[in-house]
Amino acid sequence: MATNPEKRKKIVEVKHLKQYFNVGRKNEVRAIDDISFDIYEGETFGLVGESGSGKSTTGRSIIRLYDPTDGEILFNGRDISKIKNHSAEMLEFRREMQMIFQDPYASLNPRMKIKDIIAEGLDIHHLVKNDQERDARVEELLDLVGLNRDHMTRYPHEFSGGQRQRIGIARALAVKPRFIIADEPISALDVSIQAQVVNLLEDIQKEQNLTYLFIAHDLSMVKYISDRIAVMHNGRLMELSTADEVYNYPLHPYTSSLLSAVPLPDPEYERKRKAQPYDASIEDDSKDRYLQEIVPGHMVYAADEEVKMYKERYDKIHEKKTVSETN
Amino acid sequence: MEKVLDVKDLEINFHTFAGDVKAIRDVSFHLNKGETLAIVGESGSGKSVTVRSIMGLLAKNSVIPKGSINFKGKDLIKASKKEMEEIRGNDISMIFQDPMTSLDPTMPIGKQVAEPLLIHNQMSRSKAMERAQEVLELVGIPNAKNRMKDYPHQFSGGQRQRIVIAIAIVNYPEILIADEPTTALDVTIQAQIIDLMKELQSKIETSIIFITHDLGVVAGIADRVAVMYAGKIIEYGTVDEIFYDPRHPYTWGLLNSMPTMDSKKLYAIPGTPPNLLEPPVGDAFAPRNEYALAIDFEAMPPFFKVTDTHYAATWLMHPDAPHIDPPAEIIRRRKQYEKYLKNQPVEGGAQLGN
Repeated sequence: MATNPEKRKKIVEVKHLKQYFNVGRKNEVRAIDDISFDIYEGETFGLVGESGSGKSTTGRSIIRLYDPTDGEILFNGRDISKIKNHSAEMLEFRREMQMIFQDPYASLNPRMKIKDIIAEGLDIHHLVKNDQERDARVEELLDLVGLNRDHMTRYPHEFSGGQRQRIGIARALAVKPRFIIADEPISALDVSIQAQVVNLLEDIQKEQNLTYLFIAHDLSMVKYISDRIAVMHNGRLMELSTADEVYNYPLHPYTSSLLSAVPLPDPEYERKRKAQPYDASIEDDSKDRYLQEIVPGHMVYAADEEVKMYKERYDKIHEKKTVSETN
Repeated sequence: MEKVLDVKDLEINFHTFAGDVKAIRDVSFHLNKGETLAIVGESGSGKSVTVRSIMGLLAKNSVIPKGSINFKGKDLIKASKKEMEEIRGNDISMIFQDPMTSLDPTMPIGKQVAEPLLIHNQMSRSKAMERAQEVLELVGIPNAKNRMKDYPHQFSGGQRQRIVIAIAIVNYPEILIADEPTTALDVTIQAQIIDLMKELQSKIETSIIFITHDLGVVAGIADRVAVMYAGKIIEYGTVDEIFYDPRHPYTWGLLNSMPTMDSKKLYAIPGTPPNLLEPPVGDAFAPRNEYALAIDFEAMPPFFKVTDTHYAATWLMHPDAPHIDPPAEIIRRRKQYEKYLKNQPVEGGAQLGN
């Protein structure tokens, strides 16, 4: 967590990305409507929002499951939409960027053995020379994610949800990627298993210097795992800053509203918690809004004339913070 | 306090090709009138099986070798199919997890809400529809009058769950069972549904059994909490007792694995739950429990009393057990509770003032 992010290498740059579906038809959907952000090498970038906010679409656009309607996505400085399908460059891009999916039941082929699921990427990318090498690499990966070597020849139905998610992680790691998109990787798991998987993801990140895009709707877990967080709503980014800033000192009313809905395991807090609904009509004044930097590193979706108001809000919140800290 | 439901010594097995799965192993609990009891535990701990047995909705390969479920002086386990049909959707109703699959996609929602009235109350069709509309308004479906003839796919996930709730409460049931009703929903919609359930509870004076694995939701909705592990209740108490002064190491583990404001490394309960084909003889949590004593592997701990409302089944509570320090997070919670209790006005005094 370098304090000066400007000096760090950008691994992903999203510039004015738009992703529309059914363009020109009556049921046109603007899933992503002009978003821009960077992901720095080695960090965990959290993306949160309600269902339908466009967070999963963003992940899928970055890994190029869709062709963007407008804007560009750079990976290592290279525009990914210019990579040709079935080219050597595409193969390399797919190796460097991997994905972990939400549903550990639907994302593993039930008719494949665990070792073949994990080694599929190794085969495609010709990363192993023979069967012994292939088995050795699979064993190494199973060790890494905390599964038993004997599990190699079993089928997915013999595993629990948490174990399956570990298999999905091993599969993603097999090709030694640099960047992993995790789309709600823990929301289908039990509380006690969630912690195991999150710890595993963190340990592997440290070991292999991986960069994560962590997509989720559970704000408290995102706050825990992320270095920076972006809040998404209706296809737009509403706020982007460090995890601590977004979670503890939110500036945009939508972020506050989302936070106020999160239940915490504390009855006393819950008795006092008041949900603050977000009134989207405050955006209906035909002012031009976009993500603007309020203070270095803290961005808010605002019109030009609102920047001053957000700056004052920031100063006020942080004044209070220093007072309460000195007390 | 009046008990509306009393479950005693319940055991449920499932016949499978591999043998009998002992899904519920000697479970007893009761539900007080007007309260919300939350049952928490991980998948496979038996919470859904427990409530399905109350509704008489167990799979065909199940057997109940022991136990009773007393409701209004009747044992629901011994009740005939016909008797259960009269109780279901009338005295006891259930809300399921997935609002996408618990509604009939081919039937207009007005008719679906009116159905329990037509079946149980022999109400006239027009009257039932009128009442269905009232209830849809009550659960917050906007413009209910004009939406009676709409089909489930025309509603959002949150609205569908409101419709499911409307069906469940249309007959003012005495007991409402909610099995993970918010798990498939977003946080913001979840908050709305929970507020709705609280509001309805005070309006129609029903008692709620709420099943979830989300401890945040439990803290907000429950009056009392029962924690299940491997087919048994291992601890129960008021919501404050369970969250601020838990005694069973499994409850500690659950609370400890939630991220807090300043947690550096998440605590993860090691290992996986036991196989219930051959449940362990002692405390089922012992192999995953860093505080386990030798006796935990040999004998099942009985319930030890903490307060009149709070019991925990762990040998650590035995007078001869060695003293151990719980995890730092649990000590923090105890301290927070002590502080909270000190700042509360004396309960009796507050009542006298009224």
